[in-house]
Amino acid sequence: MSKLSIEQIEHIARLSRLELSGDEKKLYSEQLSSVLDYVDQLSEVDTEGIEPTANITGLKNIWREDKVEESGVTHEMIGQNAPKFEKDSFVVPGVFE
Amino acid sequence: MMNLYSLTIKEASDLLAKGEITSVELTEAIFARIKDIEPKVGAYITLCEEKALEMAKASDDRRKEGKVLSEIDGVPFAVKDLFLTKGVKTTAASNILNDFIPVYESTVTTKLWEAGSVLIGKTNLDQFAMGSSTETSAYNTSEEYDSTTRNPWDLERIPGGSSGGSAAAVAADLCVAAVGTDTGGSIRQPASHCSITGLKPTYGRVSRYGTIAMASSLDQAGPMTKTVEDAAIVLKVISGHDKYDSTSSKSEVPDYSGKLQADMTGIKIGIPQEFFSEGLDDDVKETILKSIEEYKKLGATTVEVSLPMAHYALAIYYILMPAEVSSNLARFDGIRYGLSAIKDEALSAKSLEEVYTKSRALGFGPEAKRRIMLGSYVLSAGYYDAYYKKAQKVRTLLKKEFEKIFETVDLLIAPVSPMPAFKFGEKSEDPLSMYLSDVLTVPANPAGIPAMSIPAGFVERDGKSLPVGLQIIGPAWSEQMILNAGFAYQQATDWHKKKPDIK
Repeated sequence: MSKLSIEQIEHIARLSRLELSGDEKKLYSEQLSSVLDYVDQLSEVDTEGIEPTANITGLKNIWREDKVEESGVTHEMIGQNAPKFEKDSFVVPGVFE
Repeated sequence: MMNLYSLTIKEASDLLAKGEITSVELTEAIFARIKDIEPKVGAYITLCEEKALEMAKASDDRRKEGKVLSEIDGVPFAVKDLFLTKGVKTTAASNILNDFIPVYESTVTTKLWEAGSVLIGKTNLDQFAMGSSTETSAYNTSEEYDSTTRNPWDLERIPGGSSGGSAAAVAADLCVAAVGTDTGGSIRQPASHCSITGLKPTYGRVSRYGTIAMASSLDQAGPMTKTVEDAAIVLKVISGHDKYDSTSSKSEVPDYSGKLQADMTGIKIGIPQEFFSEGLDDDVKETILKSIEEYKKLGATTVEVSLPMAHYALAIYYILMPAEVSSNLARFDGIRYGLSAIKDEALSAKSLEEVYTKSRALGFGPEAKRRIMLGSYVLSAGYYDAYYKKAQKVRTLLKKEFEKIFETVDLLIAPVSPMPAFKFGEKSEDPLSMYLSDVLTVPANPAGIPAMSIPAGFVERDGKSLPVGLQIIGPAWSEQMILNAGFAYQQATDWHKKKPDIK
């Protein structure tokens, strides 16, 4: 048990862009480890030479004309849901120092 | 005359057509019922009374002019709060979307409104449809209990999930019909726990456009109704190809309700042994075996079959689903919409990175966080082949096994859930035990096949009668046959007519 160490949880949280408290790290390390123990049973299944299925429809790429269509959605409408929106743009903290 | 709020779509549609009731009267009756019962049950996150009455009035006006749009014109619907509704708050039951107003409409709801139906409100669900009890919702919709949605059959128990609000709304007559979504059982399991009819269609039957995505290769929307006949009516309305969802199928939409027929002669039903073993409550098993006897009386033949790969379906699901979740929920970045560390000075995000990590930490509930992290892990360098690719391969084997079984039988019959509705808090502290409650519904999703839950009887727990659902599973595109089998059962039994006594 406890396959996932606190360090691993921190790494996964970083990949997931999630800030976690110390208690959360401990709790998720236990809970996620028990789920991983459960899914490990797949290793019993012989999948030699079996193709993976990502999508059951069997559809490949679907193409359409690269044509602009009216969506009826304006910048203003989009801005209304944004935390900070100025001059038709989302405002974020600076990326460069 | 019976209470208007108890009407099925079929009954309401007939009365509207005859001019015996109006859509406004029907809608008002539902809102009167909501005022009575909703403070206890808590099925809805958002109620749209004003809008509903406008829509009902418009329907009545159309009818007067002889311009009826469809069989569901004027019929009041509840919509899971996972479907985007333009101008009507849509939360996915998460804090991260607590003030989100969509700027466009989902295809499913567009089709409902184009057919003339009326929006009663947006129903509660497990946060981002992640859960089996509606307890992971960020919204305590039951005022009287200050909790998430209660089961109308026993207010001490959960309604199932994730479409728990839609199921409770239908069961408690707080709408005429509802729509939900099913990624691993989220239509069927609450339908079973609340004694209603719930159908998960074949993957690609219904467009996913505008439905907040959980796991895109598994999600399907479907009807949640009082009868199989109603499910057929709704499925016809919401199905079909959509240019905004390339995975939606171009195959023709049959007239499901027009073609409904109850003759089971010559239908061969498989009883998959694997669905009758793992932790199944004895009385639930008895209930399902009785319903199988009913099918024999109706002229069907039955045969025991084996689906060894079904045993692995839940493990496949808990790798592929979180992987897709971690990708789909990456869009909640605190920049474009939703709860944001940019807006909240107290969070004092000093960098773009902190905008992401703090907004997401505060906005997502624990279940969403667990699944995002599980997904990030199984997709991460060094683990991708062992988990994600392996699960995709076993998925291929599961799909092939179903295809092979359906060469020998027409349909499969199984329980929906190993147990009736459980109590609040019973499984919420132990995620794995919650996940295991979906063991019988999950297999249909990675295989992409349709399955339906219909009421099959009741079992006693603590002196209360709790509903048990029967699951009918068919090959891809067999919705008509599944609906026919459900229709046949509802012609012969009256479990679906039982109503909870809500106190």
